[in-house]
Amino acid sequence: MATTDLVLETSQPQLSRRQRLAEKRLPWIPIVVLLVLLVCTAFAHWLAPHDPTSLNIINSKLAPFESMEHPLGTDVLGRDMLSRLIYGARTTAQISVTALALGAIIGTVVGLVSGYWGGWSDAILMRITDAALGFPTILLALVVVVIMDPGPTAIILAVLLTVWARFARMIRGDVLTVKGYDFVTLARITGVKSPVILWRHIFPNVANTLMVITSLMVGQIILLEAALSFLGLGLSPGAPAWGIMVAEGQEVILDVWWLSLFPGVAITVVVLAFNFFGDWLRDYLDPKLRRAR
Amino acid sequence: MTNDVILQVRDLQTHFFTRSGVVKAVDGINFELKRGETLGIVGESGSGKSMTAWSILGMVPHPGRIVGGAINYLGENLLEKSRGEMREIRGSGICMVMQDPLTSLNPVFTVGDQLVETLRLEYDEPKRSLRQRAAQLLANVRIPAPEDRLANFPHQMSGGMRQRVVGAISIARAPNLLIADEPTTSLDATIQLQYLRLLKDIQDQTGAAIIFITHDFGIVARMCDRVAVMYAGRIVEQSDVEDMFDRPAHPYTEALLQSVPDLDTDVDTLPSIEGQPPSLDALPAGCSFAPRCPHAWDRCQEYPDEFTVAPGHTSRCWRSE
Amino acid sequence: MWQFIGIRVIQGIFTLLVISLLVFLATRLTGDPALVLLPAEASSKADYERVKKQLGLDKPLSTQYLIFLKGAVQGDFGLSIRDRRPTRDLLLERLPATLQLALAGMALAIVVGVPLGILSAVRRDSIFDKGGKLFAVLGMAAPQFWVAIMLILLFGAILKVLPTYGREGPENFILPSFVLAWSIMAGIMRLGRSSMLEVLDSDYVRFARIKGLKDGMVVWKHALRNALIPILTFSGISLAGLLNGAIVVEQVFAWPGLGRLMLDGVLQRNFPVVQAAVMASAFFYILTALIVDILYVYADPRIRH
Repeated sequence: MATTDLVLETSQPQLSRRQRLAEKRLPWIPIVVLLVLLVCTAFAHWLAPHDPTSLNIINSKLAPFESMEHPLGTDVLGRDMLSRLIYGARTTAQISVTALALGAIIGTVVGLVSGYWGGWSDAILMRITDAALGFPTILLALVVVVIMDPGPTAIILAVLLTVWARFARMIRGDVLTVKGYDFVTLARITGVKSPVILWRHIFPNVANTLMVITSLMVGQIILLEAALSFLGLGLSPGAPAWGIMVAEGQEVILDVWWLSLFPGVAITVVVLAFNFFGDWLRDYLDPKLRRAR
Repeated sequence: MTNDVILQVRDLQTHFFTRSGVVKAVDGINFELKRGETLGIVGESGSGKSMTAWSILGMVPHPGRIVGGAINYLGENLLEKSRGEMREIRGSGICMVMQDPLTSLNPVFTVGDQLVETLRLEYDEPKRSLRQRAAQLLANVRIPAPEDRLANFPHQMSGGMRQRVVGAISIARAPNLLIADEPTTSLDATIQLQYLRLLKDIQDQTGAAIIFITHDFGIVARMCDRVAVMYAGRIVEQSDVEDMFDRPAHPYTEALLQSVPDLDTDVDTLPSIEGQPPSLDALPAGCSFAPRCPHAWDRCQEYPDEFTVAPGHTSRCWRSE
Repeated sequence: MWQFIGIRVIQGIFTLLVISLLVFLATRLTGDPALVLLPAEASSKADYERVKKQLGLDKPLSTQYLIFLKGAVQGDFGLSIRDRRPTRDLLLERLPATLQLALAGMALAIVVGVPLGILSAVRRDSIFDKGGKLFAVLGMAAPQFWVAIMLILLFGAILKVLPTYGREGPENFILPSFVLAWSIMAGIMRLGRSSMLEVLDSDYVRFARIKGLKDGMVVWKHALRNALIPILTFSGISLAGLLNGAIVVEQVFAWPGLGRLMLDGVLQRNFPVVQAAVMASAFFYILTALIVDILYVYADPRIRH
């Protein structure tokens, strides 16, 4: 039979168990990237060769590898790029983790309550969730900043306001499924109190979903945080945050190109690592979530 | 006239090339089909019966390929046809109704549209006369008010109605051979019966040969002239329907028949046979049914040849030697 | 169907009212606009009262909101605190720039994303598929603002072939609209691929092939129409992303649009301008969402009936 490269046949026979396990091999590169990020966050003060904010006009605009003292060069004010990048990792991690943790907690509680009790509370909570999902995130952040003044708290709040709704939606969907299982019905019939059912019976069954969404959300949160910093809505200018560093580099891009390049690469690599890791975790824990993004 | 062979499958081999190795979904099967005849192909899920159908249609899914044998349709080997020639044969010569007739209709186009686009492949006529033909087809499958129905979307019709529309489309180009792939698994009993009646009806109207792919011996008894039992990619027994029911020669066929005493139960679960159907990428050497066979003996280390137990009745079991 | 559209319109108006209330309250509750306007050194009590009266801040809150609403309908949110220009003029000046940019970006995302997604589904493992996958992965990970700056560096500074700021001619559109389309394009491509694969695996597409239709007909008629439905949904969702992107892109490319107006307004606490910009973008956001909904009804007959 003649073959053309148009592939219309799609279905594949069931993969054998061995094959499926092979496809779930640990994603080593993302894990290494994430470990580096973790180490930078924890030991920034110890790893960084210089103070990320100390000025040194004599050594300003050093190109990467020009001096071993400053392997990645210095910026317009002579601050060491490598140190700023390492401290930037810490800034990113602090803001993202705080927003993510709060968002996950609020979203999970809303999702559990909404899915378990249903009825009016569900209808109202889901309308609010939809509204939060549909609202453009940066616009929301702008409104937050109008109320609160720029700063880390404003950024965390802005990110939080958009993140929780995604958790609430997914968790609620899972709760609706788990609610129908026999052991929940049994617990209800035997008079177990609702909070106990939620915590002991339902929550452990949505924990996988929670982990998967968390890992898939991290990348988006880092991007949002970086964008808000870039726009000047976050930390004060000069602070070591990747988004701010890109913005500072933009003004002198024709002259000192590495200022914007390196922090941007850092953001991209970290987000890529989280995305790949999240994909892997999702496939590993629950192939059903394949289309969850 | 009724004795001419329209389809002859010779040593057909369809293999899947997966990362972990070659899966022999169809591994050297032979059968023939005469005009107006109905052949039942029976087997458990994964026995290769559906892949046989896709092979005949030239639509083997990725990463499968037909690696050997011949499929002679009206004397011409389909495996030597180009993609375009194969497309000409599909629909006009050979057509298939899939497992779930309800999902075979595209939800975003009207029934009339889907009929007319099929008819246009056969008749070079203006749209108006194609629509008349479409309405006529719907009338043939006993759909009331066929002209009005043409403007309906599939979701506006009942399940039974949609089934008939699929039937109408499949006979729109008057194929010589109709393949029905487990046509009843997704249907409840009443609709199932209606559907079998519809297919019989279509056969009476068009004189098409039908291949019934099923795991239900009840349907075989009701509908078929001949029957082929497939196991792990091979036809293990083949004969006239009556002969098969009276004198099953292969232990697998025996087990299948025993597990459906009233001929109405699903064969997908086989209470009288121990074990699972083998995974096709880990077939045992020798007879693939041996691990589950109550009569297995030393000889079964070697794959049995095809033995003729009676005229037109073959079996691949050493006991039939 | 008309009932469906009617309900959507009413919902839209209601949402706008809620947003207007939030916007109104947010700007009133957070500091005193009169204080912002006054020069720090010369602020006598009399000056303060005069400015307050001038801005209408002495009236009760509910009256202020009604005045605000009445003005909002006409695009009039008072005078910009910075340069004393009517917000309406600012809106009229900035809106076309953003609408053009958004339209160009969305068009680019769809025109490139849909065919690429379908090609990578239909020709799996081809160069389209692999390139598309790489592009999609990067599109989800590389921040828009950084991509924009790198493109400025490459095309503006090194190759010197494209302008990097302002909006004088059509060539000014190339970089901003590409950056704006960047992540949406990646999303549309991924979704187009997966929904196309799903549709190609459906019984009705197989049946279309079984009855003898040509491959082109199967792909472009039967499969595409169905695969477009989720893409349409996604486009509706990504309107929010488009607005996000517009703020960033306008900032990077010095594009004189609504997004920058809004950002500057926030950073300068220029409340009338913020109100005007937020309300205008909310209005267009809801309007486009409505249009997507209506398109959706046409794309999927199951909803129409």
